[in-house]
Amino acid sequence: MGITFRKETFRDDYTFRNSPEHIRRFPFPFNEDSYMYAVNIEPHVVGPKGSVLENLIDVDEHYVAEMQDRALVLAEDPLRCQSLPHMTLAGWDLLELLMEQQALGYPEHFTLERSGDRWRWINGPLGIDDTFTFGDTSTLPYGPMEYITRQSQGDFCILDQRDGNLWMDAGMVTTQADWSLDFDIGMNFFEWHAPVPLAHEKGIFTRALKFLTNIQQGKPARRLNWTMTINPRLDTSPENYHKWGPDRATVTPENVGQKVHLRVELQSFWRLPRSNAIVFPIRCYLIKMDELVTQPKWARRLHRVIRDLPEELAAYKGLTRYRPTLVEWLSGLDDGSPTSPGFGPD
Amino acid sequence: MAAKTIISRPIYGTLSPQPGKHHLFIADAEGALAITDMAGKAPPGFFDGAEIVFIPGPEGKHAVALEALKPAQLHIAPSFASLLPRLKHTLTNAHMGLRLYLAGTEGLIGQAMQVALEAGIDNTSIETEHRGSLARRVQCVHCKGITENVTTQPATCSHCGLLLLVRDHYSRRLAAFQGVCINAEDRSESPPIEEAFP
Repeated sequence: MGITFRKETFRDDYTFRNSPEHIRRFPFPFNEDSYMYAVNIEPHVVGPKGSVLENLIDVDEHYVAEMQDRALVLAEDPLRCQSLPHMTLAGWDLLELLMEQQALGYPEHFTLERSGDRWRWINGPLGIDDTFTFGDTSTLPYGPMEYITRQSQGDFCILDQRDGNLWMDAGMVTTQADWSLDFDIGMNFFEWHAPVPLAHEKGIFTRALKFLTNIQQGKPARRLNWTMTINPRLDTSPENYHKWGPDRATVTPENVGQKVHLRVELQSFWRLPRSNAIVFPIRCYLIKMDELVTQPKWARRLHRVIRDLPEELAAYKGLTRYRPTLVEWLSGLDDGSPTSPGFGPD
Repeated sequence: MAAKTIISRPIYGTLSPQPGKHHLFIADAEGALAITDMAGKAPPGFFDGAEIVFIPGPEGKHAVALEALKPAQLHIAPSFASLLPRLKHTLTNAHMGLRLYLAGTEGLIGQAMQVALEAGIDNTSIETEHRGSLARRVQCVHCKGITENVTTQPATCSHCGLLLLVRDHYSRRLAAFQGVCINAEDRSESPPIEEAFP
């Protein structure tokens, strides 16, 4: 039995929902009642069945709708997908990785057949059946990175490694939390993280870079990051900030549960075999407050985290305008009782 | 220079004579003074292998001082845009040992560096010195248009008209600071406009 893909939207009428099974598998990012930056990187190994870590590249019920939303974003703004000229080989590396992982994890939906350089890729959910020559860009309708990331959930950054640094030299970025690939492309690790408050002073990026440049092939790593989004909007790009920004002023005590979403990024880091680049998938998971608080432990913990978040971080994450309303709403679901250790629901 | 800065923001130094036979200087307005100051530290005959390209700017000063250095070539250009074809040609056909010196406004340094990067010159090998106006080139993240000579915070995008917060976040590839709509969440807010980059 395969996944039942939902028909839903991430714009206009916002029909996005999580099924009850998907609520319980949501990657809740807080393992204690407070939050501060940390180098929270761990090996990206397969996790429990039924979790988002059951497969290293996760495909879920939102797959088809997310790919449709990506196509809409790219039609409006093709600059969301860019690759500097020296990154084509890394694009082929990524195509191989994503085809292999999706076919491995979801054989009922994806099939990869290889005969030397002649490859056949069947993507059932999107109705794609293409045969092409691996390494020959003229045999695909797009460049290799664009081709496969139009068929893979999450944003993808490909980082070239040279001079002891990582360079943001290619990417497919349509579901980002407020950063611009078009502006940041070509920057090194410290430069593109420059606007992040507090973390530079803590030495976070120096340590993270050291870790990332040492990632070995076949040993990917991961970390979680989070923010909040008003309405289940995937495209919260700075490019369109003047379009979605006003939503932040629409939160009321009556609509918190439906409008406010926790947005979690499962970021993973993989060494690519031919190019020696690092690919950095940023898989975005959304959950509305009404769905999240069906798990009482998460409701209590989220209340404490948001209430106690340092103001600078709250501002960076864009919560300032609606944080009081959200905290007040969540406080009604927090009886002050202790929360169990770990991320998962009780 | 701004007191509080971030890592993507360029840091400028003081021009100093580099070893080598071929030297290309690109300067605008008060950037000329960075070159004449450096000349005092240069070995004899240094300017025999030097080309100076100078954009005098609105005040039209300093060309005579540069002439007095007796460079192998002195080229006066009315604007950066007019200089661009020549600069691209020079850098694309440059000797391996060419040394590049950029002095003047951030907009001039950034745009010249952009051309140099495209020609394959490593930015860390380029000598830079900021002189004169703090005015910024700003790319509107929304419409992608670049507004030149921005001196205020916030600033109006000269293309789409949105009121932009001028960030310190800087792209060498675009030679521009990032501008993001400052009142996106409530367009009725109109923060005071201050002269921030005179």
